[in-house]
Amino acid sequence: MANVTAFLTRTRGRGRLHWTDWASYAYLALGVFLMFGPVIWLVVSSFKTQAELDRFPPRFLPYAPETVQLDGHAEPLPLFRVTDGPLAGETVAQVRRIGLTSQVVRPEAPGEVVKINRADRVPVERVKPALENYRTLFERFDFMRYFWNSTFITLTATAITLLVNSMAAFALAKYEFRGRGAVVALVIGVLMVPQSVVLVPLFMVTREFGMLDSPWGVIIPGAATPTGVFLLRQYMLTIPDEILDAARMDKASEWKIFWRIVLPLSAPAIAVLAILSIMWRWNDFLWPLIALSRSENYTLQLALNSFQGEMRTEWSSLLAMTVLTLLPVALVFAFLQKYIATGIASTGGK
Amino acid sequence: MTTAGEQTPHISRRTARLELRNVTKSFGKAEVIRGVDLTVEQGEFCVFVGPSGCGKSTLLRMISGLENVTAGEIRIGGDVVNDVPAAERGLAMVFQSYALYPHMSVRQNLSFGLENLRTPRGQIAETVEEVAAMLQIDMLLDRRPKDLSGGQRQRVAIGRAVVREPRIFLFDEPLSNLDAELRVEMRGEISRLHARLGNTMVYVTHDQVEAMTMADRIVVLRDGQVEQVGAPLELYNSPANLFVAGFIGSPRMNFLTGRVEAGRLRLDNGQMVDVPHGKFSLEDGAAVTLGVRPNHLIPVAETVSGLHATVRGIEQLGGDSYVHAVTAAGEAVSLHRPGQTDLTVGAEVYLEPDPDQLHLFDTATGRALRADPARDSSAEKS
Repeated sequence: MANVTAFLTRTRGRGRLHWTDWASYAYLALGVFLMFGPVIWLVVSSFKTQAELDRFPPRFLPYAPETVQLDGHAEPLPLFRVTDGPLAGETVAQVRRIGLTSQVVRPEAPGEVVKINRADRVPVERVKPALENYRTLFERFDFMRYFWNSTFITLTATAITLLVNSMAAFALAKYEFRGRGAVVALVIGVLMVPQSVVLVPLFMVTREFGMLDSPWGVIIPGAATPTGVFLLRQYMLTIPDEILDAARMDKASEWKIFWRIVLPLSAPAIAVLAILSIMWRWNDFLWPLIALSRSENYTLQLALNSFQGEMRTEWSSLLAMTVLTLLPVALVFAFLQKYIATGIASTGGK
Repeated sequence: MTTAGEQTPHISRRTARLELRNVTKSFGKAEVIRGVDLTVEQGEFCVFVGPSGCGKSTLLRMISGLENVTAGEIRIGGDVVNDVPAAERGLAMVFQSYALYPHMSVRQNLSFGLENLRTPRGQIAETVEEVAAMLQIDMLLDRRPKDLSGGQRQRVAIGRAVVREPRIFLFDEPLSNLDAELRVEMRGEISRLHARLGNTMVYVTHDQVEAMTMADRIVVLRDGQVEQVGAPLELYNSPANLFVAGFIGSPRMNFLTGRVEAGRLRLDNGQMVDVPHGKFSLEDGAAVTLGVRPNHLIPVAETVSGLHATVRGIEQLGGDSYVHAVTAAGEAVSLHRPGQTDLTVGAEVYLEPDPDQLHLFDTATGRALRADPARDSSAEKS
């Protein structure tokens, strides 16, 4: 913790701040604001009620009207502070509102209804997160099903991606065969083809295989990614051939060389690809939208989309679900990112 | 390292004879190995030496099975192994870069090969411990290669070869990444290892000192061809051609060109050198090259047949002195004197080659001229 503090408060000037310190801190603060601002706004907004979300101008913190339970009234009544008229300065509970008039009672005398002008009162509010947004997700919407669908698709697809891509990358990096250059060029060429171009043919192929509207229809078509093959191949090129030769002399089969030598040595690149693949799959929207049609197969991203109706959007649920959808990816990144920078392949030689 | 007499119960001694029959190797149109014939006897320490690019490493990789053979035959223990994959040949190799598995501990590095041979676990542990103790790396067994020094990595690489109990050890310039002091030390260790295990060993180096000090037999290679095969001193004392004469020995042999004139040699700088009769077969008028090692050139007072040269540089090592000079014809000669010398740069020296230590070569073909032509050709072919 002391290290973090020392790191975050590091300055160029000794004792007092050099002008470059001001400049860098201002620049960094701007960066933090630009990057974290929307996320923080999203998280805070997910705790706001629908009424609060519709409010203009918006407020940063989630407020909820203060209510009071009074005798003779079944529902809790919202509290108001009266600003003008005979009751000025008092806090009253509103029973109902009719046109421009508001019928209120004083908490001390719950039976005595007073009529005041609507303009003469302001609501009494306090900061209160609307946790019901989240509760609704689990009660009214089948959040866990979508969560499971997304998790299953993400994890399975990532596992298949890593296996298939690393095998292809190994062959392209470490074996000499006729046409290797052409295959590598093809892979790099595919990198340049945008997904939307192949969307229709991909849909037709998936349909012919009967994989539409099933998780496999989402998992299989994107399993082999040219980016992954290229990334892993470039990394595997840095593994010295002599290590592979040594393993061959040690009577290791080619599969064993791949599994016991090349894969562990490619761990940093594989971690990078794992993070990328998890993020791609978790956040993927367009292809699942095309491939999945029944709502019980929906991923979280599709479920999010279904909150957005033609007439009305349930922002409160939408925002809460967005936060829950963001969390796993953020956690994965937080735990795996340290592997990105670690390289161990070059330490076995001289 | 322990001494040769100690028991090594878990390391059995398997060894084999290696034969190469007219072995060639081409990469596309480029022929890198041109018909090598060679036999390495069982238990022999054979060193391939040659300048970089001569094909010695390629030849070693062909023996190991990591590189295939374009034509010819490789036999190990009498069996043709051309189409046997590297893993099945029962050989072990020590690589120039050591090629340790960086993600495995030393223990795992040593046991990986045995695991692949489906050796029982208990036996693997015993063999690894024993080899580690022998190579003095037993306290490093749980470290990763990156935590070891160059010399320790070298020992692990050798240990990885030893645990496999190979029929033949192959070394590919194993000492070239070590500093000079460690290199001398490891040279001794590998020699002792050979004395102890008694396996056939094939060792590739570009360093003729390593070749001279370790080999039972040296194979000098150039441009994918064997120039000469022989015991170290045999190569030093009677090189078959100009290349071997220049390659073996440090500093290199001095070469002076000239012509035969009535049984004597007239050098291009006009000076005459007496050649012992009967030792060489000489034809009048033939263009020959005189080879004489730096320690066989003796500075003398001005004489008729002596060589006249101007000193250009002096290296005083205390125990030895090397003098570099240039003859009147512009040929560089070097001179090795025991002890310290009082010659100075710019001094004129007169040199007399030791008549018993002269080498004569045909300038055109480079082949050594000797009185006995049969011996000549056998040394060439071997």
